[in-house]
Amino acid sequence: MFRRLFGAAFAAGIVAGLAISAIQEFTTTPIILHAEEYENAGTEAAIPESAIPETAVFRVAGTGAFHGFTIYKAHSGEEHGDESWGPEDGLERSLFTAGTNITMGIAFALMLTAAFAVHGGAITGRIGLLWGIGGFAVFTLGPNLGLPPEVPGSMAAELGVRQLWWIGCAAATGIGLCLMVFGRKLPLTILGVLIIAAPHIVGAPQPAEVGGGVPPEIAGHFAAASIVVAAIFWVMLGWLSGTFYQRFSGANA
Amino acid sequence: MNDRIQATTADHLETESRTRVLAASVAAALFGGFLFLGIGFAHSDTIHNATHDARHAFALPCH
Repeated sequence: MFRRLFGAAFAAGIVAGLAISAIQEFTTTPIILHAEEYENAGTEAAIPESAIPETAVFRVAGTGAFHGFTIYKAHSGEEHGDESWGPEDGLERSLFTAGTNITMGIAFALMLTAAFAVHGGAITGRIGLLWGIGGFAVFTLGPNLGLPPEVPGSMAAELGVRQLWWIGCAAATGIGLCLMVFGRKLPLTILGVLIIAAPHIVGAPQPAEVGGGVPPEIAGHFAAASIVVAAIFWVMLGWLSGTFYQRFSGANA
Repeated sequence: MNDRIQATTADHLETESRTRVLAASVAAALFGGFLFLGIGFAHSDTIHNATHDARHAFALPCH
C-alpha cells in the first residue's frame, strides 16, 4: 500500500510538475520577470534600499493631519545582499522553478492518493480528475478569493499573518467541501458552506495601503494567468494520480 | 463451524488491511503536507529564492 500511494504520487507529481513548468515558462514566468523590472526600478529609484528598515512608517506630507502607514518591503534586505544565495537568472532559475513544481506536484499528489485510499472504491483517471478539481478549489479558489495571486512588488500585509490565513482557508475549504460532498445530509451541507465561508467572513489580512510599483494591468494579467495555470495543473495532476494509482494496484506490498 | 472460523479470519484480515491502508494514507498525507509547507511556506531566504517563481505562480503568500 505504501508503495502504491507513494509510487503513484511520485509518478504523477513528476509528470505534472514538468508539464506545468513548460506552461509557466510561457505564461506566468514572463509576467513575473516583467513585474520585477518595475519592482527593482521602484525601490531603487524612489528610496535607497538601506534607508528602509524592515517595517517603516512613512509620513505623507500635505494631508493635513499626518497620515502614517506601514510598508512591508517586497523583498527583505538580506535578499539583495551578497550573503543570501539565489539561482542565476535564466536556465538555473528555470531549473529551480521546475524542481519546485515537481516537489509541489508530489506533495499534492500524495494528498490525493491518500484521499483515494481512505475513500476506497475503484479509482480511475476520471475519478482522479474529480479529486483534482477538489484540490483546485481547496488550494487555489478558496485562498485566492481573500489573497489574490501577487506579482513581485505588490503591497501586502505581513507575510506570517497571510500565510496563516492562507493555510487556515485551505483547511476550511477542504473540510467544508468534504462535508458537502460526502455528508449527503442537508445540515452537513449547510455546515460545510459555513465552514468554507468562515475564513472569508473573518477576512484575509490586507495591506494598510495599496499602490505598489507594478502597473495594475500587469498585476491583473498575472492573477488571471496564475489561476488558469493552476487549473491546468490540478486537472493534469488529478487525472495522472488516478491513472497511476489504478495502474499500480498490483504493487500492494 | 469451519465457515464461522473462515468468516472470522476474513474479518480479521479485512480489519488488518484497513489499518494498513489508513497507516499508509496518514503517512502519505503527512509527508505531502510536510513537503508542501517546506517548499511553499518556509521563511529561509535560500528556500524562498529557489522557489520564488513557483510560489508566485501557485499564488502562495510570498515575501
